Amino acid sequence: MAADEEDIYQDRILEHYEEPYHRGRCSHCTHCHEDDNPLCGDRVQMSLWINDQGRLREVYFDGEGCCISQAAASMLVERFDQKTVDEVRRFTAQDMLDLFGAKLTPNRQKCCLLPWRVLQAAIYSPVQPEGDGSASAGSEDAHDHCR
Amino acid sequence: MTTAASRGLDPEVYRGDFPILSQGVRDGRPLVYLDNAATTQRPRQVIQAMVDTYEHHYANVHRGIHWLAERTTELYEAAREKVRQFINAPAGEQIVFTSGTTGAINLVARSWGDANVRAGDEILVTEMEHHSNLVPWHQLAERTGAVVRHLPLTEDGRLDLAPFDALLSRRTRLVAVTAVSNVLGTINPVEEIIRRAHDVGAVVLVDGAQSVPHLPTDVAAMDVDFLAFSGHKMLGPSGVGVLYGKRDLLEAMPPFLGGGSMIRRVTLEGFDPGDVPARFEAGTPAIVPAIGLGAAIDYLAAIPADAIHEHERRLVERAHEALASVEGLRIIGPPPEDKAGIVTFTLGRIHPHDIAQLLDRHNIAVRAGHHCAMPLHRRYRLSATTRASFYFYNTPAEVDALAGALDQVRQVFQRRK
Repeated sequence: MAADEEDIYQDRILEHYEEPYHRGRCSHCTHCHEDDNPLCGDRVQMSLWINDQGRLREVYFDGEGCCISQAAASMLVERFDQKTVDEVRRFTAQDMLDLFGAKLTPNRQKCCLLPWRVLQAAIYSPVQPEGDGSASAGSEDAHDHCR
Repeated sequence: MTTAASRGLDPEVYRGDFPILSQGVRDGRPLVYLDNAATTQRPRQVIQAMVDTYEHHYANVHRGIHWLAERTTELYEAAREKVRQFINAPAGEQIVFTSGTTGAINLVARSWGDANVRAGDEILVTEMEHHSNLVPWHQLAERTGAVVRHLPLTEDGRLDLAPFDALLSRRTRLVAVTAVSNVLGTINPVEEIIRRAHDVGAVVLVDGAQSVPHLPTDVAAMDVDFLAFSGHKMLGPSGVGVLYGKRDLLEAMPPFLGGGSMIRRVTLEGFDPGDVPARFEAGTPAIVPAIGLGAAIDYLAAIPADAIHEHERRLVERAHEALASVEGLRIIGPPPEDKAGIVTFTLGRIHPHDIAQLLDRHNIAVRAGHHCAMPLHRRYRLSATTRASFYFYNTPAEVDALAGALDQVRQVFQRRK
C-alpha cells in the first residue's frame, strides 16, 4: 500500500466524499453549469451566487459519481467559497490536481478535473433572473438541469 | 496439451501456457485476470506462431510470386480455413477477415445496408446490444431514412420476446442481435430469433463477440445470415476479426473499402470488383494477426467442445454464491444457468470506478463503467456497473479472491460510518 498521502481512499478524501461541503443548491443562484463524464457516468453541477463585485457569495455542487469526482467537487467548493471570479479563472487544472492531493492515473485525473471544468464553465453561465431561472437562448442544454 | 477430463476442465492444465498469468503485474503478486469479456490473454503457442511468421514466413499475401509470398499466403489462407472449420461454415469464401467485430458489423451496415435498406424500412435491434451493434445501424438509418426499433429486456436481464412478433413485419429488413450480452452474460435464443425473423424475410446479423470464444458455434445449424466476432476475445491478437456471411448475400454485396486486392481489374475509368472474400479485404490485411488467430483456434479446438462453457458456468455459479455474502452486493442479470461467464454487479452506492480501483490493489482486474452498453444501463436505471468475466483459465480460487476483496472494498467505505 502506498503512503497515506498518496492513497486515493485516505480519510481526508473519504470525508469529503461522505460528508461533502455545500452539496445542494444556492439559495439565490446567478450562475449554473452541469456536465458529465459519459465514460463513467460521473455528473457534477455547480450553482453559484456571484455578486456585483464578482465575489462568489455562495457555491454549491450537486451530482453523482465516484469518490474522486465527488470529493474533488466538495474540495473545490470549499476552496472557492467567498472567493472571486478572478481567482476561479486563475485556478488551473494542475492546481485542481494539487488541491486533491492524492496521485491519480491519467484516467482518474478526468474524474478529478470534471468539477473543475464545470466550475470554470459556471462562471460564464448566467441564469436568467426572471421566470423559472432557466437558461438564455443558445445555452439551453447546459442549463437544462440547472433549474 | 492435455484434454480436460470428463469430470470437467482443469484450468491448471492450461495456465502454464499463458506467460502473463504467471507473471506478477506488481509486487510480484499473481494477476487475477477477470476482464476476459474485454479481451483475453494469449498462450505461448499463439505468440510463438506470430513470432515464427515474422522470423521465417513473412511477406505480403496474394501478390508476390516469390517463395516467401507464397508461404505467407498459404499460412494466411490456412487461418481462414481454421476459422471456417471452427464455426462450421460451408466454404472458406464465406470467411472475411476484418479488423474485429466492429469492423465486421460496419462492413455489413455500409455494404449490405446501403444496397438493401430504404426509407421506411426497419432495423430491429435489442436493448442489450453493445454500441458496436447499435451505432452502425443508427448511422445506416440516418443515411437511408430507415427506422431503428428495439426489442426490450425483462427485469431479470433477458430479451423480452413477447413483443417480437409484433415488432417484426415485412418492413423489417434486418435483425441485429448479440448471442451473449457483454454486460448481463445472458445467452440469447438466437436460433429462435433467426427462425422467426426469416419468416418475415428479414436478414439476421448475430454479434458473436462474446459467444464464439466460449460456446460451440455452428453457423450452418444456426442458419444465421451474418456472424461477426473478434480474434482478441478468443486468445488471438487484436486487429483481426471475422465476418461470416451466407454466400448469396456476400456475393451480392458491393465492396465497402476500395483499394488493392478487392478488384478484378482497374482502369482509369473504373474498376470491376473481385470475388468474395477478397472483395472485402482491400489493402494489405492483418496478415500476422490472422495467422495468430489461426493458432488460437488450434488451441481452442483442442479443448472439448462444451468444456469451456461448462467450466465458466461453474465459475459463475460459485461467483453468484460467494458474492451473495458480500453485504449490499447486487448481481445484474439472469441466474447462472442462463449465462455465459460474466458476472456484473453493483455494491451499495460505491461507484464502480472506486470498486475497480480498490480491486486493483489486490491485482484483480475487472471492468467498470457502462461496458459500451449505455441503453442497457439506462434500462436498469444504472449509470455504471462492475463486471467480472471469466475464461477457461480462471480458477475457483480466483473467484474466491474476488469475493474476499469485494468485502474489503465495502469496508473501506463502511469504516467511516
